Amino acid sequence: MTATAGLWLAVIASGLYHGVNPGMGWPLAVSAALMEGGRGALWRALAALAVGHFAAMLAILLPFAAMNLLVEWQREIRIGAGGVVIALGLWLLVNRRHPRFLARIPPARLALWSFLVATAHGAGLMLVPIYLGLCGPAETDTGHMAAAELMARNAGVSLGVALVHTVAMIGAGGAVALAVHHWLGLKFLSRSWFNLDILWALSLIAVGGIALATAI
Amino acid sequence: MTVRPDPTFHASPKLAMEAPAESLAYTLMLSPDGSKPDGLAIVNVDPSSKDFGKVVHQVIMPNKGDEFHHFGWNACSSSLSPLTGHAFLERRYLIIPGIRSSRIYVVDVKEPLKAKIHKIIEPEEVFAKTGYSRPHTIHCGPEGIYVSTLGGGGEDGTDGPPGIFIMDCETFEVIGRYEMDRGPQDKHYDFWWNLPRDYMVSSEWGLPPQFENGIVPGDLLSNQYGHRIHFWDLRGRRNVQTIDLGENHQMPLEIRPAHDPVKEYGFCGVVVDTTNLEGSIWTWWRDDKGKFHAEKTATIPPEPAKAKDLPELLKGFEAVPPLVTDIDLSLDDRFLYVSCWGTGEMRQYDVSDPMKPKLAGSVRIGGITGKAGHPSGKAYAGGPQMVEISRDGKRVYWTNSLYSTWDDQFYPEGVPAAMVKADVGPDGGLTLDKKFWVEFPEGYRSHQIRLEGGDCSTDSFCYPSV
Repeated sequence: MTATAGLWLAVIASGLYHGVNPGMGWPLAVSAALMEGGRGALWRALAALAVGHFAAMLAILLPFAAMNLLVEWQREIRIGAGGVVIALGLWLLVNRRHPRFLARIPPARLALWSFLVATAHGAGLMLVPIYLGLCGPAETDTGHMAAAELMARNAGVSLGVALVHTVAMIGAGGAVALAVHHWLGLKFLSRSWFNLDILWALSLIAVGGIALATAI
Repeated sequence: MTVRPDPTFHASPKLAMEAPAESLAYTLMLSPDGSKPDGLAIVNVDPSSKDFGKVVHQVIMPNKGDEFHHFGWNACSSSLSPLTGHAFLERRYLIIPGIRSSRIYVVDVKEPLKAKIHKIIEPEEVFAKTGYSRPHTIHCGPEGIYVSTLGGGGEDGTDGPPGIFIMDCETFEVIGRYEMDRGPQDKHYDFWWNLPRDYMVSSEWGLPPQFENGIVPGDLLSNQYGHRIHFWDLRGRRNVQTIDLGENHQMPLEIRPAHDPVKEYGFCGVVVDTTNLEGSIWTWWRDDKGKFHAEKTATIPPEPAKAKDLPELLKGFEAVPPLVTDIDLSLDDRFLYVSCWGTGEMRQYDVSDPMKPKLAGSVRIGGITGKAGHPSGKAYAGGPQMVEISRDGKRVYWTNSLYSTWDDQFYPEGVPAAMVKADVGPDGGLTLDKKFWVEFPEGYRSHQIRLEGGDCSTDSFCYPSV
């Protein structure tokens, strides 16, 4: 039970981490509010960012939910997932360039941008080992569960993970955006922006490493 | 890549105005006859320094005949939008194209007094990767560095239309053409944009045979130079609208959008109206439905002169056209500076109401017949040309050369390099600083100026001033 609680905490923590990172979009909500001259635009921008981020999480988690049906292969799937996450982390460590196609998305299509930027930076993949861990505790009785039941449970967990993560993400990002819009002012934007590229890549490697360690 | 954003990146124009004042200026030097390599002069503009107004370092290029004209930074305040994905670039490199050679120099100015060449992109690479030639305006934006060109392919640059190409903002590799659908655009000059609103505006000068060997009077009088401005879906890379200013409005050059991205208007200067020799300022804007409009909002009349005082080209007209060759807008979007290179006047318009520019200040210096001197007593040839405004809007700098072969036609006695500074009054008004006179090396002319930490014609802002 403590392990499960720990994993849910990790889901929330990763959400907060993604949310406060300006690269995941909160400055765009500030920009929208200032451009449109009202708080309504800030909420709308945050909603679009949340939808995109949520979709990016699901797009990665659902295939793993389906794969996890192969009960006998669970260990291999975990090792594979851990490997993929580590590989992405290593790749981002070596190649620290932002994909140029992202710069071609019109500013009005925030949800699409949020989806693609989260996907390109492996924000969804970072959750996979945590998610697989959450599917784990029921392992002992999975043998008794029907495939449909298992599928529903896995899908339910992935939805829950994506939702909790996104709520944490947009809660954190939204709080910073609101604070900058109302009190801190735009100067805070450049003052508080740190280059998290290396930390981000290392986070992926760490999460993948933990997944491998627990699976083997 | 840095850990924090470059301190010279500012979210809004207002924050940029509050930043520390510039202490250095970068000014391009060109050898008008190609007898010497062109160069970059680093000028001290700190009034408290003993070197105030002096060239404190020079970067001389290894080639001749480049003809330096405009240039720009590798990165600017636009990096502060998450949409660009490159918040941790440094404002460190000046991208300097040779308008005649099509060669591009990347100069590292991290240590300004030891500025040095970082990379040279040879013309063949530009031709091969873009099919364009004669690179001109540089802006840093969402996809990297955007470079406008004046020529297409082929020896004389008329094989295909000119356009914009994109360079990588870290490796300075030429990536390729910008346009996916250029519509009727077939000439090019300047361009700029509104990043959050996602549109770009471009202008037209003329094709290389119309300028490289001097202005072609027949082409001008038959209105063959550019007279349209183009509006683009910036990220969609499509021309969405073209506005013809009327064929008599020859050469719409500089495009100056309001710096505050919440404002959806900007200005463009037209060199000459062939029906009456007037120069004009146009205001363009986007309406609620996304349609663009442009209207002439200020005119500058020609000044009568005796034929004997005029160069060959103008003798028949018995007048000096103002020749609006550059305009620049202060960061608070309040003052528009207009270079009248023919009559030798720097005008300052209050454009608080962009549809009704009001003349707020003026300084006379140089001029085809006026030949006004500098208060320091030095002779100033040519007229006010490339103009740059300090971020805080309190100082205005300008040089005097337009383009080698055109200088020779309008100012046959030559245009030795000059760079001057004027101070701006609290409510407008311009006064030349008699202590600021830059002595450039012999044999050079001076062109565009960039200011340390950004200026009023480089930075694009993604957040409103509020």
